[in-house]
Amino acid sequence: MNSLKTLLLISVLCSTVAWGIERFPPPDFEGGYTFPTTTTPAPDGVWHEWMDVAVLTAALSLGAYLVLKKRSRAWVFGLMVFSLAYFGFYRQGCICAIGAIQNVTLTLFDSNYAIPVTALLFFVLPLVFTLFFGRIFCGSVCPLGAIQDLVLMRPVAVPPWLEAGLRMIAYAYLGLAVLFAATGSAFLICRYDPFVAIFRLTGNVPVFVLGACFLVIGLFVARPYCRFVCPYSVILRQCSRLSRWRVSITPSDCISCRLCEEACPFGAIEGPEPQWPQRDFARGRAMVAFLMVILPVLVLIGGGLGNVAAPGLSQMHPTVQTAHRVRLEARGTVTDTTDQSDAFRASGRTPESLYQDAAAVQAQYVTGSILVGAFLGLVLGLKLVRVSIRRERSGYEAQQAGCLACARCYTFCPRERVQRKTNKELVGSRL
Amino acid sequence: MTQDKPDKEPMGRRKFLKEGMWGACLAGLGATAGLTARHESHANLVWQIDPQVCIQCGKCATHCVLDESAVKCVQSYAICGYCDLCYGYLKPEPPALDTGAENELCPTGAIIRTFVEDPYFDYTIDESLCIGCAKCVKACAINGNGSLYLQVRHDRCVNCNECSIAAACPSGAFKRVSAAQPYLLKEME
Repeated sequence: MNSLKTLLLISVLCSTVAWGIERFPPPDFEGGYTFPTTTTPAPDGVWHEWMDVAVLTAALSLGAYLVLKKRSRAWVFGLMVFSLAYFGFYRQGCICAIGAIQNVTLTLFDSNYAIPVTALLFFVLPLVFTLFFGRIFCGSVCPLGAIQDLVLMRPVAVPPWLEAGLRMIAYAYLGLAVLFAATGSAFLICRYDPFVAIFRLTGNVPVFVLGACFLVIGLFVARPYCRFVCPYSVILRQCSRLSRWRVSITPSDCISCRLCEEACPFGAIEGPEPQWPQRDFARGRAMVAFLMVILPVLVLIGGGLGNVAAPGLSQMHPTVQTAHRVRLEARGTVTDTTDQSDAFRASGRTPESLYQDAAAVQAQYVTGSILVGAFLGLVLGLKLVRVSIRRERSGYEAQQAGCLACARCYTFCPRERVQRKTNKELVGSRL
Repeated sequence: MTQDKPDKEPMGRRKFLKEGMWGACLAGLGATAGLTARHESHANLVWQIDPQVCIQCGKCATHCVLDESAVKCVQSYAICGYCDLCYGYLKPEPPALDTGAENELCPTGAIIRTFVEDPYFDYTIDESLCIGCAKCVKACAINGNGSLYLQVRHDRCVNCNECSIAAACPSGAFKRVSAAQPYLLKEME
């Protein structure tokens, strides 16, 4: 009985290490049997991805024309629905510009990984368009934005301080996504993409629930993912601040009717701001000076917190996980084994080499986490500075960073309507 | 390069800064694109299982984002022993040595057994039934030639940027491979 067990054990060990062992030599057939070949259905052609890039470029160009020249919400809405149908339901949400952040990061940090050119273009093109025309991508092309835009029923106003505070989530999400991608641990953005399960109409239950939650919140809070979570929006916002051309509400003078402010569900339109009284101005300046002094402190605190969080975050890496488990089993803290530790033992490597690899990854995590923490501290500090600065404004203006180029405000602007009407009359009289 | 264009309005400090940052952003994007594009291979990548590393844990059946996993069992006919008593096909200690469902190891009956010539039988996978649970793969690896193994079938796989099975795979058997060579087949050396 014992010898049988040993035999079985040896066979198990052999089989997990080697493969294609000839326990039973393949037969020589006499009856003219021919070996079938294993079928290898080909993956989707590369042409599909180039078509995606072509559609993306066309949609961005058309979006820029519709928002800046045609100034029509109806057309922008149509383009948005098309993008949702194409990038969302037809191409099933993969490839996407938001997720491409991770591919770019991984390419920069891992020499063994090379980003496909199409994925690189998906990352770069929306940003280049934003530098020229504002966040056209968000308003007309992004399928994640489109699905949220469609469900919006009754937008409630989010106070600016809360909006700015919640936006810290997006910065933290970006920081973590870059950290996990750079260390080769995980693609966080893809793993928790809330709408991909809806696009595919199949997927894991938790992700489905997450998507449903975003859509339910989206009934009342316009585009919650875009405004508070989307990591790509962090980059888009900075590009949009610098954009050459962008949404301008009143082609002629603003009459301060506030209709555009009411129309914008994203709270991205700012009203007139009178000049500060001299006393308030002095107080504001002192506040900014104080904040500038504590800015480095915030950066240091952020870095310190990052350092504290590093060991926990590094558990995201499979090597660290395996090393942790193998160490526990070696110490006898746990008596059972997991698939992960079994797979490691079957690989025939020594635990010491695994521990070394894990230590190297953890060292990367310490550096990375400190940088991410410092970055978040810096962002928080700059946000505080920003909310303490008031700029004089005469009319209603779309925010440079926050405007999603949805073109809703045009429809409600009375000056715009007047101009439209006269334009139409002009055209009519000519006919 | 000198430009003697008469400016309509003098460039203020704020505007100058903004223009500079705009140029820097564009240059930064270009640099990122350049740095990432410098890497040699630009082939599109797809997911595949390395049968050498796979430990047949069964997570392929449960962790794919598709209702029906894109991972299926495939047969390497050149390695198969064409045994009558196939451990990949039959349960351990089956009630009878025949094709009755109660004797089959496969939970969905996806392995088709065909008589070739005495004493050999051909085993083929019906992919429409296979769920990628790897029960047969494990049995064949332990007791047989190891001719049955798992592969990502690219007519089904939607090629997620991060494969859910890869994230759950305990042995790291999931790899990104070039779309030009999308399979890691077991063949006779």
